[in-house]
Amino acid sequence: MSILDQTAVGLGKQIQAGELTAVEAVEASLAQIRAAEDHMNAFVTIDEEGALEQARKIQARIQAGELTSPLAGVPVAIKDNLCIKGMRTTCSSKILYNFVPTYTAEAVLNLEKAGAVILGKTNMDEFAMGSTTETSAFGPTKNPWDLEHVPGGSSGGSCAAVAANACFYALGSDTGGSIRQPSSFCGVTGLKPTYGTVSRYGLIAYGSSLDQIGPIAKDVTDCAAILETIASYDPKDSTSVKREDMDFTSALVDDVKGMRIGIPRGYLSAGLDEEVKAAVLGAVEVLKEKGAVVEEFDLSLVEYAIPAYYVIASAEASSNLARFDGVKYGYRAEAYEGLHDMYKKSRSQGFGPEVKRRIMLGSFVLSSGYYDAYYLKALRTKALIKAAFDQAFASYDVIVSPAAPFTAPKLGASLCDPIKMYLGDIYTISVNLAGLPGLTVPCGLDSKGLPIGLQLIGDRYKEKELIRAGFAFEQSRSYKSPALAKEWEVRGQGPAADRPEKWTGHRKTAGPAGKE
Amino acid sequence: MANTISDETMEYVGILAKLELSAEEREKAKEDMGRMLDYIDKLDELDTSGVEPMSHVFPISNVFREDVVVNGDDRKALLSNAPEEEQGTFVVPKTIEQ
Amino acid sequence: MSKRYEMVIGLEVHVELDTKTKIFCACSTKFGGAPNTHTCPVCMGMPGALPVLNKQVVEHALAVGLATNCRIDQYCKFDRKNYFYPDNPQNYQISQLYQPICRDGYVEIETEEGKKQIGIHEIHMEEDAGKLIHDQWEERSFVDYNRSGVPLIEIVSEPDMRSAEEAVAYLEKLRMIIQYLGASDCKLQEGSMRADVNLSVREAGTEELGTRTEMKNLNSFKAITRAIQGERERQIDILESGGKVVQETRRWDDVKGTSRAMRSKEDAQDYRYFPDPDLVPVEISDAWIERVRAAQPEMREEKLVRYQTEFGLPEYDAKILTSSKHLADLFEAATAICERPKEVSNWLMVEGMRLLKEQEKDADELSFSPENLAKLIRLVEGDVINRTVAKGLFEEIFTSDIDPEQAVEEKGLRMVNDEDALVRAIKEIIASNPQSVQDFKNGKEKAAGFLVGQTMRAMKGKADPGMVNRLVQTLLREA
Repeated sequence: MSILDQTAVGLGKQIQAGELTAVEAVEASLAQIRAAEDHMNAFVTIDEEGALEQARKIQARIQAGELTSPLAGVPVAIKDNLCIKGMRTTCSSKILYNFVPTYTAEAVLNLEKAGAVILGKTNMDEFAMGSTTETSAFGPTKNPWDLEHVPGGSSGGSCAAVAANACFYALGSDTGGSIRQPSSFCGVTGLKPTYGTVSRYGLIAYGSSLDQIGPIAKDVTDCAAILETIASYDPKDSTSVKREDMDFTSALVDDVKGMRIGIPRGYLSAGLDEEVKAAVLGAVEVLKEKGAVVEEFDLSLVEYAIPAYYVIASAEASSNLARFDGVKYGYRAEAYEGLHDMYKKSRSQGFGPEVKRRIMLGSFVLSSGYYDAYYLKALRTKALIKAAFDQAFASYDVIVSPAAPFTAPKLGASLCDPIKMYLGDIYTISVNLAGLPGLTVPCGLDSKGLPIGLQLIGDRYKEKELIRAGFAFEQSRSYKSPALAKEWEVRGQGPAADRPEKWTGHRKTAGPAGKE
Repeated sequence: MANTISDETMEYVGILAKLELSAEEREKAKEDMGRMLDYIDKLDELDTSGVEPMSHVFPISNVFREDVVVNGDDRKALLSNAPEEEQGTFVVPKTIEQ
Repeated sequence: MSKRYEMVIGLEVHVELDTKTKIFCACSTKFGGAPNTHTCPVCMGMPGALPVLNKQVVEHALAVGLATNCRIDQYCKFDRKNYFYPDNPQNYQISQLYQPICRDGYVEIETEEGKKQIGIHEIHMEEDAGKLIHDQWEERSFVDYNRSGVPLIEIVSEPDMRSAEEAVAYLEKLRMIIQYLGASDCKLQEGSMRADVNLSVREAGTEELGTRTEMKNLNSFKAITRAIQGERERQIDILESGGKVVQETRRWDDVKGTSRAMRSKEDAQDYRYFPDPDLVPVEISDAWIERVRAAQPEMREEKLVRYQTEFGLPEYDAKILTSSKHLADLFEAATAICERPKEVSNWLMVEGMRLLKEQEKDADELSFSPENLAKLIRLVEGDVINRTVAKGLFEEIFTSDIDPEQAVEEKGLRMVNDEDALVRAIKEIIASNPQSVQDFKNGKEKAAGFLVGQTMRAMKGKADPGMVNRLVQTLLREA
């Protein structure tokens, strides 16, 4: 078995056992990135030198017995909306094309403390707004299973990189399904924790009340180990929760006897691809055979989650993204007349169309005369959706659904119709509105050979139920994920002329990557 | 399309959001916003009378910091990303309108 | 002018709270400092940075609310006020609109018209903005975020005031309460207390409110008075000439004595407030309220009584000493050191007030230390210096906070009570003023006074006046 086929935890064990070094792991990852990047475009920033330097230091500390974490020495890729001190962080937007943070996101700090080696930053939909990773200013990421297809989004770069063995795991963020949906499209395992479990400090906000950071990995075991590492109570994040039950790996047991599983009837009807439906029901059968008690039930209000989400997320985004104004950091237009023109030109040139669309919508729904009708109405709808889940979890331990109604669409097929794209998030969005944990586990391939994902939804703080169910399913799953022992041909392809350049510079301690 | 967005509305939202759209972008944005609002109007079907708007999903309250100075002077680093900087300040076009 | 007009005034008062750190981050609130040296990712609006509420801000806001008879909203939240301006790094200000911490209070004011209650609509917590410095030569401004995130409370009054006197009395009352609580130093000139005036006029006797304007940039009580008069006249002129007052925000120019509208087409005044998702609600328990109430320091009314009973001061003196928290603190601190309350009071009331008046200063601007005043009193009590010397020393303490003990030593100001030396000096004076001696002998008692004065002058004011008086009388009889 090649190093690259290892899981994160598996690699960590080998490194601890002295069978492999962190440097060898990083070299293998970098070689794979070099081979795959021209095809896939999963990375915005690749820090070759920095990663090797880090790996050497970490290897020394492992050998000295100072680092014993299961993730010590394991190479990771970080979504480009998580700040890392000295490493350019762009949110895949022109407006942050040269932004170099002076602080590191708490979740990434937790990984660094455990001895993770950071390879670079992954591509995403601009400011996490999108479901395909096509809205990136750095160009779309392509699905490594089929380069004609999107990887999903917004954490498409992270999911594609994991699927292509370009890293051993990655961090993503999930506001309306941005970990779970691309994990499904890329055939990897992704976990969105309960809101408040992973600190949001250093995560560049999209919808603050919905955003949550989570792991994207090759299997459930990895996800549990990564979540255990990144989850922490953080006094710098007022919405961070003090939890006593974060020993997530303790739930890695192959036992679902008596587990009560509910399938929302409405989730299996209109708009659901037949092949996806069959694969999901097949997965449910596996769990049933293992002793779970499965029932269909009615989860009300499903159809209201998406409109409520777009009001809330856009409203928050319109305010969160106001700080990008050409004053303190990032892009400033070259020519302007006066202050307000500087604001308008910098923002209009710096943001892409989807981001502008959501900022305009968000500004509108909050504006005088519309606040009650739109924003408060959406918050009331959110309360009802939360109540519907509370009611469901009185009867079930885990709710099962598809992660997305279809497998990865072709590039360019989604953006032309935003509403259709938004509808693709039907199974994931309500989970964010209710602040619940959700796990995507690969459960099959469609006839085109594209992966299908199973979504497991838990009550708040019940990640362990999801991990137990996911792990049990994985033990009996018929195909191994990821199945990508693909030989990449190296081909030289420069960036398109209108895109910011990729950054392959060394990680810096201070100062931007160079102003233009 | 039930919601028709006027040019005035687009202009107004542009002022609020500090965005300037080209004529072509504006036509597209008007259409998109109208369609989104039509879609959002679906919420009107739902009876939410008597329901408290929920801004935070979980009932967490009283998260405080003690009043102790921790941060020092980190100006050099904080200004390192400034598009235009002079003598420890950010430079912007003149803010007073005569 | 045929009609009589009445003014309706409401005030929005911003007060910078006295905390060590900013409202949402652990940066210092210290005044001054080179630009942007008291900043961090939070108060500079860096992406990914998050606010965490300073508990002391809530404590101060609660204390002010209780002292102004407000109802405490036991569940309050923060909202974002969205508008673009470079002094506001996030391009939104964190404030409280929907659920402020205090509502429905009042304070009592006293003017020549008598006592009156001024209602307080609400008090809310919010963050201050940074500072803009305008380039003198080029069309550009510089942004300094040292003040960004300094905690403020905004106290919004009901439109209960009818004159500039009432507005000033209300502000003075608020300032006194807040200073007594130790929640702020409330200095208008330095901007730690700022007042915006909402004003409308209507025909006297009518109920309906006229259209109001909001006046900003008022940095002294005098400016407030002038702005109120100016705006009253402006609005009446408009109405008298058949025009309509436009609801708008105006900026007062105290030098020119006029105001102008702060309008811009880029300024939509639509703040799109919504609950800040980065902050959680504040729940205030009964126990917390009681704790703040119990910890409330002695307020003016209590001090007024105590100064009379404990220190035996007359009511008039106690009133003046307690009229400023700073003055009362100075009085108490000096008294604690020298244990001579009446002496401390006398110095402050007589010499202190005289000098303040001469220099057109406010009691809050007294800058000397209680130690030096106490030392001065001890020097007098211990007959080390006489009163004349003491007055001179007080003036020096008042202006430059000198150490009087040191000054006495350095300048040789000790009272001369060496009898031989005084006798020698008096004899010389008697010898050189035969006419006065003659006058005295002829029954003119005043002549002795003249000779005492001459002796004091000869001794450069340092002689013990009682002793000089006695010796002059004796020596004159001997002469």
